[in-house]
Amino acid sequence: MDTSRSYLEPSSFSKKLAATIIIVYTVITLIPISWMVMTSFKNVNSAISYPPEVFFEPSLEGYVNLFTNRSRQSQEYLDSLPPPENWYEELVRSREMVITGPSKFLGRYSNSMIIGFGSTFASVFLGALAAYAFSRFRVPLKDDLLFFILSTRMFPPIAVAVPIFIMYRKLGLGDTHLGMIILYTVVNLSLAVWLLKGFMDEIPKEYEEAAMIDGYSRLQAFFKVVLPQAMTGIAATAIFCMIFSWNEYAFAVLLTQFNAQTAPPFIPTIIGEGGLDWPAIGAGTTLFLLPVMIFTIILRKHLLRGITFGAVRK
Amino acid sequence: MSQIKIANLQKSFGDFTAVKNSNLTINDKEFFVLLGPSGCGKTTTLRMIAGLELPTSGEIYLGEEEVGMLRASERDIAFVFQLFALYPHMNVKNNLSFPLKMQGYSRSEIKTRVEEAAKLLRIDHILNSSISSLSGGDRQRVALGRALVRRPKAFLMDEPLGTLDAEFRELMCLELKKLHIDIGATTVYVTHDQLEAMSLADRIAVMDGGEILQADEPAVIYNKPATKFVASFIGSPGMNFINIDQGISNEQSTLNIEGTDFKIPKQYEISKSKKNSFGIRPENLSLTNDGGLKGSVFGVEYLGSRKIVTVKTNFGEIKVKTNISTSVKINENVQVKPSNNNIIIFDGETDRSLKSEFMN
Repeated sequence: MDTSRSYLEPSSFSKKLAATIIIVYTVITLIPISWMVMTSFKNVNSAISYPPEVFFEPSLEGYVNLFTNRSRQSQEYLDSLPPPENWYEELVRSREMVITGPSKFLGRYSNSMIIGFGSTFASVFLGALAAYAFSRFRVPLKDDLLFFILSTRMFPPIAVAVPIFIMYRKLGLGDTHLGMIILYTVVNLSLAVWLLKGFMDEIPKEYEEAAMIDGYSRLQAFFKVVLPQAMTGIAATAIFCMIFSWNEYAFAVLLTQFNAQTAPPFIPTIIGEGGLDWPAIGAGTTLFLLPVMIFTIILRKHLLRGITFGAVRK
Repeated sequence: MSQIKIANLQKSFGDFTAVKNSNLTINDKEFFVLLGPSGCGKTTTLRMIAGLELPTSGEIYLGEEEVGMLRASERDIAFVFQLFALYPHMNVKNNLSFPLKMQGYSRSEIKTRVEEAAKLLRIDHILNSSISSLSGGDRQRVALGRALVRRPKAFLMDEPLGTLDAEFRELMCLELKKLHIDIGATTVYVTHDQLEAMSLADRIAVMDGGEILQADEPAVIYNKPATKFVASFIGSPGMNFINIDQGISNEQSTLNIEGTDFKIPKQYEISKSKKNSFGIRPENLSLTNDGGLKGSVFGVEYLGSRKIVTVKTNFGEIKVKTNISTSVKINENVQVKPSNNNIIIFDGETDRSLKSEFMN
């Protein structure tokens, strides 16, 4: 019998099995994403060719089409123009088109950024304050209030779409950044309060008591001592909130059209001439994926510990 | 540095009264220990002095000022927590300078003070270390340092040695005492460990059930306990009690137990209770062949310099601290008798010690 390893340590067979399962799972989940990224670098023809092309000549046509509006012109007109000034004009003209101006994508994308990060910040900030209060103070009807907060997530948010649509129209919040930030914050807040309360409960109250004795007010102690300790929970909560508000589609379709439209309702409207412009859609979704990915990677260190709900403190 | 005075202090949590109508004066520069079993209200009292709990009623004076309802941050006191509560996201130096930053000291002043405190506590070599890399003793020193830098009116310590292992605890006990002598700060120290209390305190207050039973110098607390609880809580082992079903009259100086007359200190207080008890410490008893309480040896504990012999009598087990040379066997018949006049009679109704020639 092999006595060189502890009973608690998994055997090398189970380690290998676990690794194999993880690799297979990773490959399966990565296939659609890599196909999407590949499509974004194909040209219109190779994107729809059958059988599908796995090896192809990369092109930036999808990205050019995503960021520009173009119109088709006759060969005579194109010949009469001065030679193209840069590579993307040249690319467009080779398809017998001219650039008529920038597309709306950049605006929609920055709307997504403003609304996504804005509502994430608001959810985490308000959630942290509420969670701290629930964790530390004798709040009357604490359990009922916490249950009420949780109950706001017991139906799909879209179930209240009609009342919210009417309220937003009356309040003038429809199609505004502020309106969307408030809406996503409301939806995320219950999750934030519940997640963060768990983390706050884990932080010994002696830390802020020590800070208060050292001359700080409770609010100062909260910011200087409690929040840094709750970073794990804040990171985990922020990622969950960010993913929701970044990906949200239904309310965005319903409540935004021009001013505050986010990327999710915009991307499906990218329709090329004579069929769907798959490379441009691929480019849009690839770019759309990046911020959440980068955000998650930055907070990854905290997230891994956060998922276990701070059970490993001390 | 200042005197601390609490007057008629009371604290209730709902129906539960944690501290009952307490009065105490802690003198300037005194090392004062609040001692008692867990749940006796000692920590609550300390937290009220600190401002971490607000009293239900009563006053707390820090120097001349009544601070009972002030916030902790406005009281200018320092608190050392049982679990140290060092800020884990800061290194040692930042932990030490944290209280000073709030008070708006200049950068150079903060640096001087932190270095001074670090030198005093011999932690100047670990100023840039992170808290998680420190040993228990060093964490304790940093916690003390954070209390020191501000030069507060008083130091409050809540079982600061409780989490250290035995070896460190003894060492830190000595260091604490020395530190107190060096800086001469008014210190209130909470513990449930009577040895710690005895070795550190100028004065001790023994608490039980939210009440302060006695506040005095360690020797007085030990030799002349005010109540039966104090007598049994202090000392290892605690005081022996023999139930006597008879009252005590004024000027009484003998007591008949099981047909034998025992000499007791002349009593100055009358008690009609039939549940009085006769209290005597194990070291004031001796084993004899004649003229004592009859019993048989139940157990012998060897303590190195002394032996503790447990004798089973009709009045329960009585512990006798004897010379190392005494040799007795289990089940041997022996008699126990007082070897001196350090005898206290406790009233059966109030559990108070009665006034006598010894307990004056």
